[in-house]
Amino acid sequence: MRINLYAWLLPCMLMLVPSAQADSLEELQALKKQMRLMQEKIDAIETKLKASEASKDAAMTGVEPVPSRPVQVDAAPEGAAEAVASADVSNVPLNAAANANAFNPQISFVLNGGYRAFARDPALFAVPGFAPGDAAGIGDRGLGINESELNLAANVDNRFYASTTLSLAPGGGLTVEEAYARTLDLPAGMTLKGGRFFSGIGYINEFHPHHDDFIDRSLANRVFLNTTFAGDGLQMRWLAPTDTYLELGGELLRGDRWPGGGAGLRGSGSWDAFVRAGGDVGFSNSWLAGLSWLGTKPVGRQSFDNAGAVTGTFDGTSHLMIADLVWKWAPNGNPVDRNFKFQAELFAGREAGIFTGAATLSGSLNSNRRGGYAEAVYQFTHGWNVGLRYSGVYAGNNGSAVAPGGLLDSAGYHPWRTSLVLGYANSEFSRFRLQLSRDRSQTRADSQLALQYIMLIGAHGAHQF
Amino acid sequence: MKSLITSCLFVLMLMGVVLPAEAGVRVFACESEWGALLNELGGSDVDVYTATSALQDSHHIQARPSLISRMRRADLVVATGAQLEIGWLPVLLRQSANPGVQPGQPGYFEAAHYVRMLQVPTTVDRIHGDVHPAGNPHIQTDARNILLVATALNQRLQQLDPEHASGYQQRYADFSARWQQALARWQAEAAPLQGVKLIAYHKGWAYLLNWLGLVEVEAIEPVPGVPPSAAHLARLLAGQKVQPAAMVIYAAYQDAQASEWLGKRAGIPVVELPFTVGGTDGARDLFSLYDDTIGRLLKATGR
Repeated sequence: MRINLYAWLLPCMLMLVPSAQADSLEELQALKKQMRLMQEKIDAIETKLKASEASKDAAMTGVEPVPSRPVQVDAAPEGAAEAVASADVSNVPLNAAANANAFNPQISFVLNGGYRAFARDPALFAVPGFAPGDAAGIGDRGLGINESELNLAANVDNRFYASTTLSLAPGGGLTVEEAYARTLDLPAGMTLKGGRFFSGIGYINEFHPHHDDFIDRSLANRVFLNTTFAGDGLQMRWLAPTDTYLELGGELLRGDRWPGGGAGLRGSGSWDAFVRAGGDVGFSNSWLAGLSWLGTKPVGRQSFDNAGAVTGTFDGTSHLMIADLVWKWAPNGNPVDRNFKFQAELFAGREAGIFTGAATLSGSLNSNRRGGYAEAVYQFTHGWNVGLRYSGVYAGNNGSAVAPGGLLDSAGYHPWRTSLVLGYANSEFSRFRLQLSRDRSQTRADSQLALQYIMLIGAHGAHQF
Repeated sequence: MKSLITSCLFVLMLMGVVLPAEAGVRVFACESEWGALLNELGGSDVDVYTATSALQDSHHIQARPSLISRMRRADLVVATGAQLEIGWLPVLLRQSANPGVQPGQPGYFEAAHYVRMLQVPTTVDRIHGDVHPAGNPHIQTDARNILLVATALNQRLQQLDPEHASGYQQRYADFSARWQQALARWQAEAAPLQGVKLIAYHKGWAYLLNWLGLVEVEAIEPVPGVPPSAAHLARLLAGQKVQPAAMVIYAAYQDAQASEWLGKRAGIPVVELPFTVGGTDGARDLFSLYDDTIGRLLKATGR
């Protein structure tokens, strides 16, 4: 099998390596000649240009004269920084304003908060068969703000880009949500990212929650990924040179974040891989589909109830596979007034190891879990959208840690939750949402209502598909 | 797992085989006007992919996977700049993993660098809507700007593809001569438009107004990027009594509803303008874009 693998690998490498690397000496000479010719041509063109520009100014009545300048590489859109750095003042692009803050990174700040109402006491929230992480719950009742996010991002130099997102919890305290650097100039469509970042697995996981169409993440994202799977480590991506979008990626992470825990394997306890493909169908439709695999070796991974108390710890292995699909429609590809988005992710996971219950049985645990969500969001007029999401999960557990009626006993119950959302955006920077949910995570139903505002100040963010 | 790797590699190999060996400079043009200009200047030496159509709002383009993979293989990205594409181009540039087209490289070209910007705000505050700190980015509505951009683009194409420099130069000289003739014709034709008052949907016409001497008395969007409320429309209608406009103009990609409503109530013509190449049936290329624009404006004034 191994030889077989190499037999495939070799022709692939050959395909990827540019074939024009031979005949270096001859090429060099030809190049020199070409450069000489080029210089001559440029000289000739410059004189011609000066002449034509002068005549053009004369010919065009009412045209503001534009100073003739030698061709010059553009400055970065963020500012005049590079233009100033290019020393020669006459080369500064016409419309670049220079100021002392030009090197400041782009800064944006997201404020959000709102109101939540639950028919049942949220402290009783649980998902039968699952022992979820600390961020899987449904939050607290009443008025309150959520985490505020501060993002700083800029090109570090000609080879690196860095971005950090700091999260300010409403009760005080600052957490580093993301802090990564990534390469700008690796050849052949490769990108290397290092630091702390949201993992590229699945679809929605990589997004910060203020991009979402719903106030909270799906039940499946919450129990499988503890809302967001992130980590400290490295990510490699490769984008195929094809007209159809195709991207492969892999990550090696510290493994201290759910579904990992305890930074096993000497601090490299999580690894994953993903492949994504996408394209357009006509002018109005576009799609993106992906498959991801995640493996972790949790060590002493703690699980919590919705009141924040530890329910137990888990040691073993955790594997997860995610399939995702996003389909977007906009008339003639113009989403400003009307657009539609369908999004679905399916999760299939397996965990095996030892569960040590805080108040319940301890022992072996073998867990086969399934889940997923599907959502559809329709923007029917400028600024207004409405969305519907269904999410369901199921855990089939066995082992000596599973006691009838205990934490890990799903008793054959399939938890689900349906949410309906109405969104309004005054501009791209201010948004409001009203969400109604029917939560059947447990056998007793809960009706939930949530209101949210999101305000973005600072730099205009660019959004991923 | 092994079989999975094997099949992945197989796909890779297939891609290596089927990838077309395209000739020429591969250009990713962010807007239709630059796509059309590149075809004029590059001829068969360039392979132009136009990322957006005239029916899309170039402020709001989704960073679709197809655009990422197109940019991945581009030798040159031609954008308007001045933050017009700020909501999507930075994502494409980052995700394309293409070092040659990053800002600062010869493979990245911003048209707005080469023209005189209008409506550069002195204070930048979003209370004025989604304003562009570098000035109004819709530079293509003034035909004179096309020639300024063509001059810079010609140089850039020659820099990137010195082998075909003489071809670019020849096509540029030819284009420039035809354009100057057309400019003289358009300016003569548009003389009756001097001083004509109008209401625009979006503040997207600053350069056209400046070029042809039109006067924008109001905009239907209360601030750029925010759709009008009923109260604002009523205010515009009342304003007609004080400072009457002769027509309402809107771009092909914009929703016509508010413009039609206002035009009907005020009893003035509502004119759909192509805004860029492909916006109307008449605007097939750069030349017919301005023929059609001026023709439609003249028709609305009844001349």
